[in-house]
Amino acid sequence: MPLAYNLARVSSAFLERRTVAGQPLRWMGEVRDIRAHASLLYELVHRDLTVRYKRSVLGFLWTMLHPLLLMLIFVVVFSAIFQERTPHYETYFLSAYVAWNFFAQTTVNAMASVAWNGPLMKRVRVPLSLFTVATTVSGLVNLMLSLVVLFSIMAVVGAPFHASLLFLPVSLLLLGIFTLGASLALTAVSIFFGDVREMVQAGMPAIMYLTPIIYPIAIVPDRFRWLIKINPMVYIVEIVRAPIYYGILPAPLTLTIATVLAFGSLAIGWMIFRHLAPRFHAHL
Amino acid sequence: MNVIELQQVSVRYRETKIRSLKEAVIRSVTAHQKSGFFYSLHDVSLTIRHGEIVGIVGPNGAGKSTLLRVAAGIIAPSEGAVVTRGTVAPVMELGTGFDSELSGRENIYFNGALLGFSRAYMRSRIDDIIAFSGIEPFIDAPLRTYSTGMVARLAFAVATAIDAETILLDEIFAVGDAAFRAQCQGRIERFVNRGATVVIVSHDLEPLETLCSRAVWVSGGRIRGDGAVAQVLADYRRSMAG
Repeated sequence: MPLAYNLARVSSAFLERRTVAGQPLRWMGEVRDIRAHASLLYELVHRDLTVRYKRSVLGFLWTMLHPLLLMLIFVVVFSAIFQERTPHYETYFLSAYVAWNFFAQTTVNAMASVAWNGPLMKRVRVPLSLFTVATTVSGLVNLMLSLVVLFSIMAVVGAPFHASLLFLPVSLLLLGIFTLGASLALTAVSIFFGDVREMVQAGMPAIMYLTPIIYPIAIVPDRFRWLIKINPMVYIVEIVRAPIYYGILPAPLTLTIATVLAFGSLAIGWMIFRHLAPRFHAHL
Repeated sequence: MNVIELQQVSVRYRETKIRSLKEAVIRSVTAHQKSGFFYSLHDVSLTIRHGEIVGIVGPNGAGKSTLLRVAAGIIAPSEGAVVTRGTVAPVMELGTGFDSELSGRENIYFNGALLGFSRAYMRSRIDDIIAFSGIEPFIDAPLRTYSTGMVARLAFAVATAIDAETILLDEIFAVGDAAFRAQCQGRIERFVNRGATVVIVSHDLEPLETLCSRAVWVSGGRIRGDGAVAQVLADYRRSMAG
């Protein structure tokens, strides 16, 4: 069967690409490259979501069920302890937990994705950061679904909705940037050292319990307050929780720190990634 | 115009590979000397001009595939520089990037995207690809229900639907029967007629003799011969026999 080739579609520009040994990736080049591979980004996210939901019997319901079950457990266990101080404990917990869960899942999934797609990266030329970006994007889609569940729960239990919710997109953007930076750094390092993924996976629960997600900050004794202050996740989680639960904009200082952390994470993550990327192929 | 230029390119790997952070820490304490390097390509300079059909030959482990991967931009050189002009599409292994959970149709879109084609473009081509694959009745079933032969046919149909200025083919004659090879050869001729540049790595010398005008002989990470196909293949055969 003959295929009709459309020669006119082929660019006649013959764009030049030059790769010099030892040269780290360039920011502008990578962004352009990802834009040129927008359809692959779409396909990766699409595959990530459909495969995930096809494989589980409950399909999309699972996204709903997971936070519901967790909420049930945590609310039953902890509301007796914390309810007095924290009215609508379920909203207090879930508004922070969805943000945390996005961060924890995305970083771990990004490392798994690079390991999983290693054979692919050896056979086709794609922008190396694309898999990490794709994992972050599908993580954001899942985060949106979790938020839908959270808002439904809030409506059912009669938790108040505030105008401050309009600020939430800014918080989520900062959360996404922070997570992308951390994922870039971790994927780059995990390509060189396979055990990094397990270490991060093991360390995640520890960081979660060091962050006031299931407990109110108020119960932390004064002599341990510094532990909260130096934990970057506290600020990142707080800017998401404030507009949902407290019904206020994040405090200026918290927002400033969170913004610096988000862009600092992206800058450092990209720095690590761009310098290690030219040597990935030897370790995939 | 040169579509591919390798300028004194070397690709090297560490002889002892460190796989974990634990190992790296232990080694930094105990090991006193740095591990040596293994050169997969050593100081290779090669220029391929627009419209050429070049065959690359050499024994196992000579660096042929590495050469193709460097040219495709899949791996970065450890030394030297690589310049390419126009789109360069590598066809490395048929079926790369297929997902067994996705249907045949979804896999076509995914593979098209891997090669940098938009969904809209793939949509305009998908009927041709499906027809050419000859597995139309099963195209919406998950790939895991396919036989090996069906997967190979689908992969071939997708891979050869590519529309790039330079096409790099790695051992595509190695799989499939005689009919499949004839199909491959027909497709390559079509690429050539379209004015594409084609670089073919093959163990099988016969198809190269008829398809290529130029051959490059690679051995031990270096270029041993480069010129008219008949001459280079004759030299290569003599060295293999002797």
